Amino acid sequence: MWAARCARRLWMPENKVEKSRFAMHGFANPARFLRLARWLTPLCLFGGLAMAVVACAWGVFFAPADALQGDTVRIVYLHVPTAWLGMGGWSTIAIASFCEIVWRHPLAGIAARAAALPGAVFTAVCLITGSIWGRPAWGAWWVWDGRLTSMLVLLFLYFGYMALESAARGQAEAGQGQSRMASIFGLVGAVNIPIIHYSVLWWNSLHQPPSITAGKSAMASEFLIPLLIGVVGFSLIFGGVVLARMRAILADAQAEARLRRKAMAAQARARAAAAPNPDDEELW
Amino acid sequence: MAIKAKHQRLVLVGVAVVALIGAALLAIWGLRNQASYFYVPTDILAKPPEADRGVRLGGMVARGSMKTAEDGVTVNFVVTDGKASVPVRFAGIRPALFVEGSGVVAEGRFQNGTFVADNLLAKHDEKYVPREMQHMTAEQARQTVAETQ
Repeated sequence: MWAARCARRLWMPENKVEKSRFAMHGFANPARFLRLARWLTPLCLFGGLAMAVVACAWGVFFAPADALQGDTVRIVYLHVPTAWLGMGGWSTIAIASFCEIVWRHPLAGIAARAAALPGAVFTAVCLITGSIWGRPAWGAWWVWDGRLTSMLVLLFLYFGYMALESAARGQAEAGQGQSRMASIFGLVGAVNIPIIHYSVLWWNSLHQPPSITAGKSAMASEFLIPLLIGVVGFSLIFGGVVLARMRAILADAQAEARLRRKAMAAQARARAAAAPNPDDEELW
Repeated sequence: MAIKAKHQRLVLVGVAVVALIGAALLAIWGLRNQASYFYVPTDILAKPPEADRGVRLGGMVARGSMKTAEDGVTVNFVVTDGKASVPVRFAGIRPALFVEGSGVVAEGRFQNGTFVADNLLAKHDEKYVPREMQHMTAEQARQTVAETQ
């Protein structure tokens, strides 16, 4: 009995007790969020873009070549930020999914949905730049070591999440109830994130261990400073894209609701016009 | 007993996450040998693979061990992990970053105590140093940086 009730609470969108409260903070929060997002979106996007351009230009034209790898190392200014955001994107999905499942926060589901596509794009760019780097540095475009394989799995997880999420949304729009499948998948998929990070430490791999760990860097500051600017810049771009996509999703929902209200009003008017006039009825 | 639904969900999801992490750790523990990309010399010597089985051997190219054979294509060197070392023979195009004292992953077969490689992959470490500073000690590098500023 208890288990069945728990299962229902996990799977069903919201039960009757919560309905009124849900509706309340559902309306209150997006409004506050939208006020904040209106100026935060362009700030993140343009600030991030400027920082990313500075970092890439610094890395390509002004930073020194590496002692061992020469100019090949310059791709690091694209590879590392995109790898960081590929993993950051899924972390966003996982945290947002957790908030959605536990607190039913209406913005959390939207945030998870908004983070999936940019996360997937950054993961793909990371894999592509890594492959281009691997050819001159290792002598192979691709190897099936722990790091590369777990990163490819992350890309496939993104594809799975997006497919699941759009299927669940289609179902909800068809009035077949809301599904928590995508959020649960977002949470389960998060186990891959520590695996990606530790893959180069737990297992022998061709990919080198991390250069930058908490408080330490095996990278000379000539490389490190533009790289960190790039990481911050690309992160701001990611944040800006997520905010913009969240605003678009909210605007979409708002337009949909308005259309539905109009359609209902029109229907009511048509019904009123078609119905016999009560005054006429008096005459009969 | 009235538990708020959200608290119940918090506990349930928390338990699920802990179970998930436990399952993942078990899987990783089970995979700890299979998921490695290569064997180090210690592994190869402790449990030599069959002579016809393709395996990967990884480690550092021992300094002073690289010798090019008379045909000019074949190269002999020693791969070491600090504890054990295995002689390697390879004929073919070497990756640019393949140098003594650097990391290497050799693909091939272990035959009669020698690893016969048919492909070499260079493995570089996580250190990035500008060309001008590579032969300096940390003290010299710091001094150079101080002078240029």
